[in-house]
Amino acid sequence: MFAAFLQYLFSGLTSGAIYALAGLGFAIIYNASHVINFAQGEFIMIGGMATATMVAAGTPVPVAIALAMAASMLVGVALEKFAIEPARNADVVTIIIITIGASIFLRGGAQLLWDKEFHALPAFSGETPIGILGATLMPQSLWVFGVAGLAIVVLWWFFNRTLFGKAMLATSHNRLAAQLVGIGVKKVLLASFALSALLGAVGGIVVTPITFTNYEAGIMLGLKGFSAAVLGGLGNGTGAIVGGLIVGIAEALASGYLSSAYKDAIAFLIILFVLFFMPSGLFGKRGTDRV
Amino acid sequence: MSLLKVERLSKEFGGIHAIEDLTFSVEAGDIHSIIGPNGAGKTTLFNLITGVYTPSSGRVLFQDRVVSGMKPYELAALGMSRTFQNLQIFFNMKAIENVMVGHHLHLDRRFLPSLLRLPTVTRRDRECRDYCAGLLEFVGLAKYLDADAGSMPYGALKRLEIARALAAQPKMLLLDEPAAGLNATESREIDEVIKRVASSGVTVVLVEHDMKMVMGISDHILALDYGRKLAEGTPAEVRANPEVVSAYLGAHG
Amino acid sequence: MNIYTARTGGLAILATIIAVAPLGFSNTYFYDVGVNAMFNAIVCVGLNLLIGYAGQISLGHAGFFALGAYGSGILTTVYGFPPIGALVLSAAVVGLLAFAVGRPILKLKGHYLAMATLGIGIIIHIVLKTEAKITGGPDGMSLDNFKMLGFAIKGDVMWYWVAGIALVGSVWLALNLIDSPVGRALRAVHGSEVGAEVVGVDTSRYKVLVFVVSAVFASVVGSLFAHKNGFITPDIGSFFHSVELVTMVVLGGMASTFGALIGAVILTLLPQVLAAVEQYEAMILGAIMMGTMIFMPKGLLPSLVAVLRRRGGGR
Repeated sequence: MFAAFLQYLFSGLTSGAIYALAGLGFAIIYNASHVINFAQGEFIMIGGMATATMVAAGTPVPVAIALAMAASMLVGVALEKFAIEPARNADVVTIIIITIGASIFLRGGAQLLWDKEFHALPAFSGETPIGILGATLMPQSLWVFGVAGLAIVVLWWFFNRTLFGKAMLATSHNRLAAQLVGIGVKKVLLASFALSALLGAVGGIVVTPITFTNYEAGIMLGLKGFSAAVLGGLGNGTGAIVGGLIVGIAEALASGYLSSAYKDAIAFLIILFVLFFMPSGLFGKRGTDRV
Repeated sequence: MSLLKVERLSKEFGGIHAIEDLTFSVEAGDIHSIIGPNGAGKTTLFNLITGVYTPSSGRVLFQDRVVSGMKPYELAALGMSRTFQNLQIFFNMKAIENVMVGHHLHLDRRFLPSLLRLPTVTRRDRECRDYCAGLLEFVGLAKYLDADAGSMPYGALKRLEIARALAAQPKMLLLDEPAAGLNATESREIDEVIKRVASSGVTVVLVEHDMKMVMGISDHILALDYGRKLAEGTPAEVRANPEVVSAYLGAHG
Repeated sequence: MNIYTARTGGLAILATIIAVAPLGFSNTYFYDVGVNAMFNAIVCVGLNLLIGYAGQISLGHAGFFALGAYGSGILTTVYGFPPIGALVLSAAVVGLLAFAVGRPILKLKGHYLAMATLGIGIIIHIVLKTEAKITGGPDGMSLDNFKMLGFAIKGDVMWYWVAGIALVGSVWLALNLIDSPVGRALRAVHGSEVGAEVVGVDTSRYKVLVFVVSAVFASVVGSLFAHKNGFITPDIGSFFHSVELVTMVVLGGMASTFGALIGAVILTLLPQVLAAVEQYEAMILGAIMMGTMIFMPKGLLPSLVAVLRRRGGGR
């Protein structure tokens, strides 16, 4: 009974950690530009696919990982430069279509560059399950927790302790004021896309040994990341992390206790429910509109 | 008869009192001005009266009926209409259409007749268009009739909002800084419009910084400072009030 | 261009194009594509009322389309309803559902509304995929011809004329609505919610109303599509289909009924044109979506009209 619960919890935390990273990616870009980047899931896919195919072709794992992260960041920067930057000041709907267009484009490219097959990546430190209170935990899950945790710590340090990170935060609070004190807003925008792409790639790489990946893997992961970000309250980093974990755990419990077919539906049901009562998410800014 | 009564009204935003324990009333047919330095709570007061905000405590009575807590569109149906300090124009529509939305409550708003374009709807729509064209002329915007609102200059938009508010045929019209950002000529034109509105029997509540305008056209003035009533009375009384003088000198000096 | 001449002139041109187009059709496949284009156009004309005119986004309208299709499928095959009865009942149920979810979700704005509608669409899609006992699951389900008064609509040619009449009718209804007190209230909601409220527009009521109307448009077309195709799968309710519908509206031109229609036709024809370069299809589609939105953020038709106006020297 408890063992089963723990088992579901482990699997929920694992996917939740990935959703949290994806959600953070949404939050970083949203803060810098008020853009919701529907191509966020493609960064995850690119990270996983690039690593898996390079490793399969004989590239040493660390090299493949580094190259995959670099490739993903490059795509992120290109996306900002060629698709988002020229469309500044456009409507919310317009930008949504642009980023969805970008995600379709990247998916098409991935299918062309690689193929439609599923690709695997060997686990980083073996496949011997660890028994905990009757439940089992795959060592790769520990990698996921560790890497996600490390990414969050590094991000916190970056935004609170480095000058450039603080500049990015300042831009998100007040773009004009940031510009006036000499922060290069364009550079901040580019950096936010690069950073989000990096986060996505990292998530995609560590999770691929567990879930496998293919050219379409980014769709659902991206949508879940968006859910995590909205659930937590758009633009709120802590919110995105909590939101990601909630979505991950809820769907693991739902698929364990209710029905695995409705796993994804449950995640969206929770979000609808939360939004009905908290229209700005769990940690979102509330308050009266200024008229 | 008092058209509007505000009783012990308060509004807090995160511990800060934007309006505190405010009581006053507006007589039917008057031009009633609300003055005060920036941040005195004038716009907050408007938002409370027109239902955009809900009061923290106290109540608002319109025609002796408690209306605090009602939605803006319900208040509009009772005869309250307003303009905004920072324009709330429908920039996706033409000038005349902006005004026609103002006449919304007086039209056939049923869904099916609209969908099927029944003659009753189109006939009343034509009448509405003529009526609203008249209002545009009344505020001096006749030449902008078919212009896209987005292409109109600021001063014209200010008057467009007044025309839209008038199209609702209100008993009471609240104008939030109608002359802000206008030059002297435009200010005088607005001044004329307000006087004509008042003489047509509509009660006007006015928030304005332009003291010359306020002193010139008001029947009654309420001076606010930090959300509280500082003074009240005729323009002459308020002008002579030492507290008002010091608040203004303090704020502007 | 005056709004009255635009409406009658536009309707006449549309009817003429529909009537004349078959002269260039060399086989029934053209009719088939034509029907699909017009079906999509009807959904988009409805969706444009919501997105273009009232300014509310929906990333879940394929869900309502699929519910209409499956409603007709289930009611006619399992419960023996006549097709027209199934169509009407499905549309009524979809309308009620849209009303029920519309009230809470339309309080949301921007990206939050996008998330909520996306969630509803995905939930509907998953339910259709999972409840295999009634829907046939991922394998889909089959339907009979659309019969009414002892007369069956069958074959691409006959469907072409039915879809054509339905499209002209839908455009007529949409144009009526936009140029009415109700339509002006909808556009006012887009312009400024608080500005609309203070002159008496119950903005939440109008947002729900247009959400329901657009959902019913989608449902009715879903029903017709199901009978025309004779076979449906849950993927007609997928997130991707919702995105396609929104793209058609935005590509053609938001707040322009004929723009939405043109967007629908172009995006329906695109895959036929791209069939020759199938492996690049996704990339080209993505590039077109990005390119149009970057260079013509207002959409094809409004951008075109703006260019023509400038050429013609003012309005």
